[in-house]
Amino acid sequence: MKIKDISFNLLARKAGGSRGLCVSIGAFVVRLRTQEKAFLRTFSLLYQDFQISTDELVDFHIDMRRPSGYRRWLKAQVIFSIDGHTPFEPFPLDHAMPLFEWGLNWCIARRAHQYLILHAGVVEKQGKAIIFPALPGSGKSTLSAALGLRGWRFLSDEFGMVRGSDGLLQPIPRPVPLKNESIQVIQDFSPSAVIGPLFPKTRKGTVAHLQSPRISVEQSRQLAKPAMIIFPLYQSGAETTFKSLAKHYAFLKLSSNAFNYEVMGLTGFERVRDIINSCACYNLIYSDLDDVIKQLDAMITQEGSDDL
Amino acid sequence: MTYRSQGARQLLLNAFKNPKSLQQLELHEWELLIRCTRSSKLVAALGKKIEFNCPEVVLPEKVMAHFQGAQQLVEYRKQLLIWELNRLNKALAALDVDIVVLKGGAYILLDLPLSVGRLLADIDILVDKKEIERVEKHLLAQGWQSAKLDEYDQHYYRTWMHEIPPLRHQYRFIEVDIHHTILPLTSRLHPDPERLLNDAISLDKMACKVLSPCDMVLHSSVHLFYDAELKADDFRDLVDLHELLSFFCQQSADFWTKLEARSEELSFQRPLYYTLYFSWQLLGTPVPNELLIRCKGRPLYLPRKLMEYLIPLALLPEHPDYPEKKVAFARWLLYIRSHYLRMPLHLLLPHLFKKARKRLEPVVT
Repeated sequence: MKIKDISFNLLARKAGGSRGLCVSIGAFVVRLRTQEKAFLRTFSLLYQDFQISTDELVDFHIDMRRPSGYRRWLKAQVIFSIDGHTPFEPFPLDHAMPLFEWGLNWCIARRAHQYLILHAGVVEKQGKAIIFPALPGSGKSTLSAALGLRGWRFLSDEFGMVRGSDGLLQPIPRPVPLKNESIQVIQDFSPSAVIGPLFPKTRKGTVAHLQSPRISVEQSRQLAKPAMIIFPLYQSGAETTFKSLAKHYAFLKLSSNAFNYEVMGLTGFERVRDIINSCACYNLIYSDLDDVIKQLDAMITQEGSDDL
Repeated sequence: MTYRSQGARQLLLNAFKNPKSLQQLELHEWELLIRCTRSSKLVAALGKKIEFNCPEVVLPEKVMAHFQGAQQLVEYRKQLLIWELNRLNKALAALDVDIVVLKGGAYILLDLPLSVGRLLADIDILVDKKEIERVEKHLLAQGWQSAKLDEYDQHYYRTWMHEIPPLRHQYRFIEVDIHHTILPLTSRLHPDPERLLNDAISLDKMACKVLSPCDMVLHSSVHLFYDAELKADDFRDLVDLHELLSFFCQQSADFWTKLEARSEELSFQRPLYYTLYFSWQLLGTPVPNELLIRCKGRPLYLPRKLMEYLIPLALLPEHPDYPEKKVAFARWLLYIRSHYLRMPLHLLLPHLFKKARKRLEPVVT
């Protein structure tokens, strides 16, 4: 059963109860407990296609609650807690959604060392996945989101989760946090895109989340094989330029991009090595989403049939 | 069937006492077990225990993923720690001072079974008090840095504590705590560190030493039942003790007698009694019954019963969804006890007062 399949009242009752609302998010199950209706409304919009989990092992037990004391009501705040621990300072109550997303990122990056976790967007088409490793501000979220809106399977905009045991990519197609100008860019790019409320004045400026594409969410237990690594960089006005990247250089770029490369030890090295060996590697400079997607479509169709 | 706190405690104890029984767990019980082990930093340790002691137990895929994730981190920390020990040895080679590695570092150097899957935080070493200044200077000259402390904290460490302010190499993450004895100078017990140093054992693979088996157990006992505040993450220390005792008593037949004699030499009878009792009672350590009865550290009836009630409450993690008032109260009482044992009141009260006042002062940057 999906989140959108039950009434908001029932959803709120579940989330408000002691057993919480358990949602399947990629390979993880998250138990969310909260009384905050406004937050839950945004959550249920952005996560509408995710499955409600009933009989699986829950990985993260997250509560979103108001603090005790006067900040419960006056300039109300919200606290993210996992298993009773509160790793962050409280946020203003109306920023509960970005706090939840940020907190869940933190939980995954801290614990899920059964994966090599790349700081990367991931999309897939025809069984071939492209990894977009990049630093914040390079446009990887926008690019991955745009591809997701043009029929590619969207696996993540933030975490390239490479399974330690076999190097396959585990999808985690959560809503995409669009920042500042990107919000308008995506809205113009796809007028039918569902974007949640604006959250002004976060650490990263104004943030709004793009609802996860339905097909991607439905296929989120289906792992993908990496076929290309593209290091994207958005440059205003730039023409779309792909530059082939030497493997040794790509290795260094990819390994230093991972959140937990050192923690993963030998496994981390082997996974990066395999990816680099089996994938074509490029640097990409772009500004025009439509143009870059057209070229990626052509490249992915050719990929594997002959070497580019 | 849903579990409340008592059930959660039993689930956790049972997993360490009788891992074979885990075969029968249902998924929601695994989930609770993993949450409880996580609050005592024992996820990887439990995974390894099952892997070694009963590989026939079939783990659900997601349980395995939790074990894997935790074990990866443990391996990484272990590697960092071994490297840090290597660097310390190199940096101090010229000094010709005995370096005794304590706790987790020692378990690794000795390849003890409990070192597999044990999450390590920092390195603790023991050196002769006469040499500590030379050791510190030597490390500071070679890239280690002292934690930035204000004057009062410096004074606190240097005058009252059993260690100097922690050091950390500027390019690395592992903290090095250098001790000159194993209890604060202000505490009621004053073990003579020279006895520990004299009995320390040399190693083949590194120039440093480790404590003798008896001293290793006694140090861990004192740490848990004398010096610690006894919170949920201290349950791990009891598991350590259980593993140490179980291992050493198999290694030598007269281990228990030696341990008892050594505890008397160092006046550690009381902490040893608690170790033996709770390790036996909660984790099923094969402690000889007559030893428990004749143990000189056995408290009188009333304090004994009180501790038998308080310790399991405070030490074992609660059900994460159902925190209990009596647990908080037990932890509070034991917190007071640990501070009382740590410092006489005429030092403790001004210290707590200063600490509280510092917290209230605005931070000046």
